[in-house]
Amino acid sequence: MTPTPPGTRTGKDPATDATGTRASRKLTERNWVGGSFAWIWLIVVMVPLYWLVITSFKTQANYFVTNPLKPPSEFTFENYQLVIENDFVRYFVNSVVVTVGAVLPATLISFMAAYAVVRGATSRFLRWVNGVFLMGLAIPLQAVVIPVYLIIIKMELYNTLQAIILPSIAFAIPLSVLVLANFIRDVPKELFESMRMDGATEWGTMWRLAFPLTRPALVTVVIYNGVLIWNGYLLPLILTQSPEKATIPLALASFQTQFGVNVPAVAASVTLTTVPIVLLYAIGRRQLVSGLTAGFSK
Amino acid sequence: MTTLAPPAVRGQEPTRSRGGRSGSVLVWMVLPAFVMFVFFGIVPLLGVVLLSFATWNGITPTIQLTGLTSWKAALTNPGLVNALWVTFLIMALSWLVQTPLSILLGTFMARQSRYRGFLAVFYFIPLLLSSAAIAITYKSLLDPNFGLGAGLGIEALNQDWLGQANLAIATLIFVVSWQFIPFHSLIYQGAVRQIPQSMYEAAQIDGAGRVRQFLNITLPQLKYTIITSSTLMVVGSLTFFDLIWVLTAGGPGDATRALAVQMYQLGFQASLMGPASAIAVILVLVGIGLSLLLRRLGGRADESQMEGV
Repeated sequence: MTPTPPGTRTGKDPATDATGTRASRKLTERNWVGGSFAWIWLIVVMVPLYWLVITSFKTQANYFVTNPLKPPSEFTFENYQLVIENDFVRYFVNSVVVTVGAVLPATLISFMAAYAVVRGATSRFLRWVNGVFLMGLAIPLQAVVIPVYLIIIKMELYNTLQAIILPSIAFAIPLSVLVLANFIRDVPKELFESMRMDGATEWGTMWRLAFPLTRPALVTVVIYNGVLIWNGYLLPLILTQSPEKATIPLALASFQTQFGVNVPAVAASVTLTTVPIVLLYAIGRRQLVSGLTAGFSK
Repeated sequence: MTTLAPPAVRGQEPTRSRGGRSGSVLVWMVLPAFVMFVFFGIVPLLGVVLLSFATWNGITPTIQLTGLTSWKAALTNPGLVNALWVTFLIMALSWLVQTPLSILLGTFMARQSRYRGFLAVFYFIPLLLSSAAIAITYKSLLDPNFGLGAGLGIEALNQDWLGQANLAIATLIFVVSWQFIPFHSLIYQGAVRQIPQSMYEAAQIDGAGRVRQFLNITLPQLKYTIITSSTLMVVGSLTFFDLIWVLTAGGPGDATRALAVQMYQLGFQASLMGPASAIAVILVLVGIGLSLLLRRLGGRADESQMEGV
C-alpha cells in the first residue's frame, strides 16, 4: 500500500528519490496490521512442521512423557530406520517414475500446444482448441475418475504405473498451456517476424526462439506439475491395488495404519516423504514463485 | 487451411498462403496435447454422463444401460442432501476464511521488503506437502490423548477435534486454510504489485489515508484477481477428497462427507458406479455453474486474461 515501486528496496536504498523513499518507509513501518498478522501466520505455518520434525527424532517412550513442542533430549534415528525398512525406497522410486514419466511429456506437449495456440490466434480451429483447454481448467479430476478407471481397465493398464502416468499427463495440460501461452504471448512479434524472414520454419522458430525465451515458465510448469503429481492421491488410490505399485502418498496412509500409535514413526514417514520436495523447492523457489504469480495474476 | 492453393493465388497473396501452411504445422503441434486431453479429459466427462444412466459394479465387465435407475438411486439416497450441505459449508466457510486473510497477507507481502523474502520462503512450504501428509500430521497433532492439547495441558486446546461434528468441520476448514492461504496470498501479492503506483501517489496528494487507499484503490484493482482466486478456491473445494479422506474419512458420522467422498464411497466401496457417476455429474454441474457465475460477476475477467493485461 505504500507508493514504493516493486523493484525499490525500501530502507536499503536511501539514494533514490528522497521524498518517495521517506514517505514509503514511514508507511511501511506503520503497516502493523499486516505485519503482525504475517508473523502470526508464520507461527501457524511453522508449528505443525516443527512438531513433525522433532517428533520424528523422539523415541516412542519419550514422546508420551515430554512436552510435544520440546525437542527430544536424545535424538534417535530408529523411526527413520523403521520406515526405510518398510519398503520406503520402493514407494519412493514409484513416485519418481510416475512424476518424471508424467511431467516431462506433459510439459513438452503443453509447450507445443501453447506455441501453436499463440501463433495461430487467427485460426478458428486453434482458438476452439484453446477454448477446450480453458474449459478443462473447470473439470475436476474427481468428477471424471470413474470413466478414467474404466478406460484404464479397458486398456489393461490397471495396477500399473502407466495407469497413473497417462491421466496425470492429461490433467496437467490445461493449466500448463495457460501459463506457457501467457509467456509466449509476451514474446515481441518482431522476433517471430525476423525469424520468418530468415526462412526459419515454424518448428525451428518454436525450438530456437520460443523455447529458450519460455524457459522460466517451463521451469515453473515443471515444478508445479511435479509437486501436484508427486502428491497425487486419488489416481494411485483407484488405479492401483498392490503395495508394489503404491506411490508415496498412498504409502503414507498405509504407514499410518501400520504404525498406529507409534506417532514418532508416523512423523518420520511424513518427514521423509516431504524432504525431497522441499529440497526441490529450495532450488527452484524464485522461479516457481515468480512464475506462479505471473501465471495467475493476469 | 487450404494446403493445395493454386500457385497463382499463392503468388498474389503470400501472407495468407503462408499463414495457411504454417497453420497446418501448428495443428500438428497442438495435436498431441489435444488428443491426450480429449482422451483422458473430455471423453471421461461424456463417459460419466453415460455411466450415470447405467448400472455397473466396477468389477465385472458388464455395463448395462438402465435409464434413470441410477439417478433415482442417487437422488433418493438420504446421504445426498447431507453431502451437498457439507460441500456447500466447506466451500463457503473456506472462502470466507481464506479470502480476507489472503488479501491481507498478499497486500502486506507485496510492499514489505525487509521480511518478505524470509517469510515467503516458509509460507510456501504447506503447498509442497501432499494432502495425505498434511492430514496425517494434523491427525496426530490433534489427537485428544497424545496430541498437542493433551501434551501442553492447555484445557481449551484439549478437544476431540475430529470426533465431534462441528469441531471436525471447523478443523477441516483450518487445515484447508493452512494449506491454501499461502497460495492465494501469492496470487494477491502478484496482483498488488501490478497496480500502478501513480494511483497511490494521486490518492496521497488528495490526503487519503492508508485504509482509504486500500478500500478505494487496492480492493477495486484486485477485482479480477479476487474472481480468479475465488474460482480456484470454490471449484477447488469441490475436489477436496484426499484431505478429507485421510483426515476424517467423512466422519464423525457423515459430518464431513462431502460430494467427492460420497462419490468414492458409493462407487469404489459400495460398487455402485451408476449412482456414483450421477454424483460426479452433479459435481461437474456445480463446478461449471459456479465458474460461470463467478465469471459473470467478474464482467470481462476472461477477456482481460486473454490479453495479458
